[in-house]
Amino acid sequence: MKDEKKVKIVKRIKIDADQCNGCRACEAICAAFHAEPKYSSVNPARARIHVIHDPLRDIYLPVYAGEYTPAECAGRNTYTLNGKEYDECAFCRASCPSRDLFKEPDSGLPLKCDMCETDPPLEEPMCVQVCIDDALTYEEVEVEVEEEEEAKIEDLELGLEALIKKYGLDETMKIMARMAASEQE
Amino acid sequence: MRYTETGFNLEVDLTKGNIERVPTDPRLTEQHLGGLGTNARILWDRVPPEVDPLSPENVIIFSSGLLGGTLAPGANRTIVSTLSPQTGLMAFSMMGGFWAPELKYAGYDKVIVTGKSPNLVYLWINNDTVEIRDASHLHGKGALETAELIREELNEPRARVLAIGLAGENQVYYASIEHERSSASRGGIGAVMGSKGLKAIVVRGTKDLNIAKPAEFWEECDKVLKYIEFRRENPIKGVPPILAGLGSPQEMAIHDEQWHTTSFSWGNARVRRKDFWTEERAKAWSEIQTKSVERLISCYNCPMRCGAIVPHPELPTHRYMMKCYSKLTYVMGAMADDLEFGFKIAGLAQEYGVDGYTAPQVMAFAVELYENGILTDEDLPGFPKKNEDRFFYLLDKIVHREGIGDILAEGVYWAARKIGKGAEKFDHNTIKKHEQIPIKLGMLNPIYYILWSTGEKINITQIEGQMPQAPFPTKELKEDFIKDWIQIPTGKEEKFKQFIMEWGEEGKRFPFWPPPDLICDLVEWQETMHYIDDTVGLCAGLSSFPLKPAYHIHNLPLLISYGTGLDIDEDRLWEIAKRTRNLVRAINVRRGLRRKDEKPPEDHWKKRFPEYEAKLLDEYYRYKGWNKDGIPTRETLEKLDLGFVAEDLIKRGILTDGDGNSEKKEEK
Ligand code: SF4
Ligand code: SF4
Ligand code: SF4
Repeated sequence: MKDEKKVKIVKRIKIDADQCNGCRACEAICAAFHAEPKYSSVNPARARIHVIHDPLRDIYLPVYAGEYTPAECAGRNTYTLNGKEYDECAFCRASCPSRDLFKEPDSGLPLKCDMCETDPPLEEPMCVQVCIDDALTYEEVEVEVEEEEEAKIEDLELGLEALIKKYGLDETMKIMARMAASEQE
Repeated sequence: MRYTETGFNLEVDLTKGNIERVPTDPRLTEQHLGGLGTNARILWDRVPPEVDPLSPENVIIFSSGLLGGTLAPGANRTIVSTLSPQTGLMAFSMMGGFWAPELKYAGYDKVIVTGKSPNLVYLWINNDTVEIRDASHLHGKGALETAELIREELNEPRARVLAIGLAGENQVYYASIEHERSSASRGGIGAVMGSKGLKAIVVRGTKDLNIAKPAEFWEECDKVLKYIEFRRENPIKGVPPILAGLGSPQEMAIHDEQWHTTSFSWGNARVRRKDFWTEERAKAWSEIQTKSVERLISCYNCPMRCGAIVPHPELPTHRYMMKCYSKLTYVMGAMADDLEFGFKIAGLAQEYGVDGYTAPQVMAFAVELYENGILTDEDLPGFPKKNEDRFFYLLDKIVHREGIGDILAEGVYWAARKIGKGAEKFDHNTIKKHEQIPIKLGMLNPIYYILWSTGEKINITQIEGQMPQAPFPTKELKEDFIKDWIQIPTGKEEKFKQFIMEWGEEGKRFPFWPPPDLICDLVEWQETMHYIDDTVGLCAGLSSFPLKPAYHIHNLPLLISYGTGLDIDEDRLWEIAKRTRNLVRAINVRRGLRRKDEKPPEDHWKKRFPEYEAKLLDEYYRYKGWNKDGIPTRETLEKLDLGFVAEDLIKRGILTDGDGNSEKKEEK
């Protein structure tokens, strides 16, 4: 069994920035969909997609929240687009200590696009559903993969990692123990 | 917890430099819902009728609507309310874009500004941190340029900015407030901002906006979105392309301009050019439009893309954003044949911040006065020969209030009276001192007659909609239209559908048809839907303005109830809209509005019927519960929980104590 190739479905969102009208419906629905309970609040600052927009330079670029990076990166780029020089981080999708993008506004916990994984699964991720101008489209492609895959870092793990980074392992464990205790009361 | 609203307003007194976050009264939400409704209540309570609109005592309110910033598509309106320097009445202006949702996410429903700052300032609202900042370096800067500079100095590209240009600073009576791809233009509200020394309001918010019944609410929103998609595939048959879809008129996407260019009047609302739209023109204009539109863009949470990014190398910003039909208003006002001129001057005018409807009409009026010897070379030194150049010349004079521009800056009505020498005769397209869309037609249209006369927004497009503008030519088209016409209020379905079926048949034509009760019903419906939109903060383009819209009197109560947790059904929503409608009327009545002001210009239609018109107006006033002078009766006001308004009007001698009762007797 071990060495067998397996067919896996890869979910992909294709971004056609030329079709983006800058409406931010994707941001709004993403934030609402991930609210607890679902749709109970809207706050685009919690979205796992962000539309970088600079209308006067005709820049509309939806970016998905990527990996959490515990440290700022060293080598950086600058961009010049339509005559304006952009901040070196302007188009990056990482949740990174240098800025507030892709972090929960209150706790600062990192956010990452989870493709709206839910049970039962959605036909299409929410941001794609509301983007009826087709800047975002969804596709599933079958790819062959080796059985053994690196375990996916889940949201929870990501969050914990960030907390540990921020407050240290001890402090984080203490808080968790306290919360567990109060939960049982 | 409050739902769909934050429950807080930001109160700013620019004289004292004081800023306060003030909780709002939930009872007012129940009475008026929000947006325009609560704005009207604040103006009624706080601005006595003798206040000069440009004085520090005037209050200007920048409001979100009740559903603004929720998942409801197109719930993005910023509703700006104040007293207009031009009309002296309450000014109505709504704009799309992103500002109001951001305000909600910052934790406020409204920003209420009074007083006057000694120097030019802007307001920076960053969640809980709010500061008044110096704006002297922004003096004279264009509206978009200002937004750009502020975002840069705050290092916050996500901040949303509304700003005035030079016209607002110089208190031009038709100065607009500009925000990205949208503007709140009507009634000179930009001048009010200017009079307060307020250049811009900048907002960034990262807080949650709560929904009472989340799953139900989203389900309704999703239906709206699906309907928008459905209508893309299924435009209304038998009407011009510009009227067949949803959204603000799709001026940026649609190239066919036959309807506007041949139905509306050119120059100073003077001539119709019925043969303007030739094949050759269509081709030339289409090429210009393709070249001028880089990208179609939307407002917050809306797929309709009614605006566009337009390159404009001569502006400091190199580009601007256009919406709706201002590409044509300047072209038609200047009798120019060249669409490129339209794109060029509209960009400049937006940076100066003037109303794209009024400004070209004032300029066309000035050109006419010049051609008739009323304005001379002395008034207009170096006045160019070509109309296009004349418009650039006049725009410059007006926004700088230089020479004759200082007079023209007050709009056609006031300028005509200041210039004299017969200039008043050329003021033939204003109602209540406000410039109207240039439409001059043949036969009195009784429905539009009432809309035009009595509308307090003083702008037909702000209260019409839902009804076709002409009868469908065939029975098949009529049937097709009414078959899924679900937007009609409960109880009126048969009446309205029958109207569509009969309209245009022998004996079923304007002006003496339809009967007054049907006219009243149709007017009331169209207007009420607009008042609801302005209250909940929805774009009229998805709701009260187009034929068969996505929002209507049947899904709006659900959305409001699920969103807020209030229990609002169709009747209650109607009543709330009526309450606000009457409160607005009361504000204006207190400032002098009377029946004598409620009339379209004499040449509005070639064929007029003074006696019939007077009868219609009587009927409509009665239908509204207003007395013969257009003043809400005591009884009407009391029924709407507006007894305090009635008392005030009685105390001022505007209403007599018996007013309500006498009306009742007449009816019996
Ligand atoms: S929903 Fe689509 S069009 Fe709107 S901002 Fe997002 S990607 Fe762009
Ligand atoms: S796929 Fe889902 S989680 Fe990812 S950005 Fe879109 S809505 Fe958010
Ligand atoms: S319909 Fe057009 S104007 Fe209205 S909200 Fe949508 S994009 Fe804006």
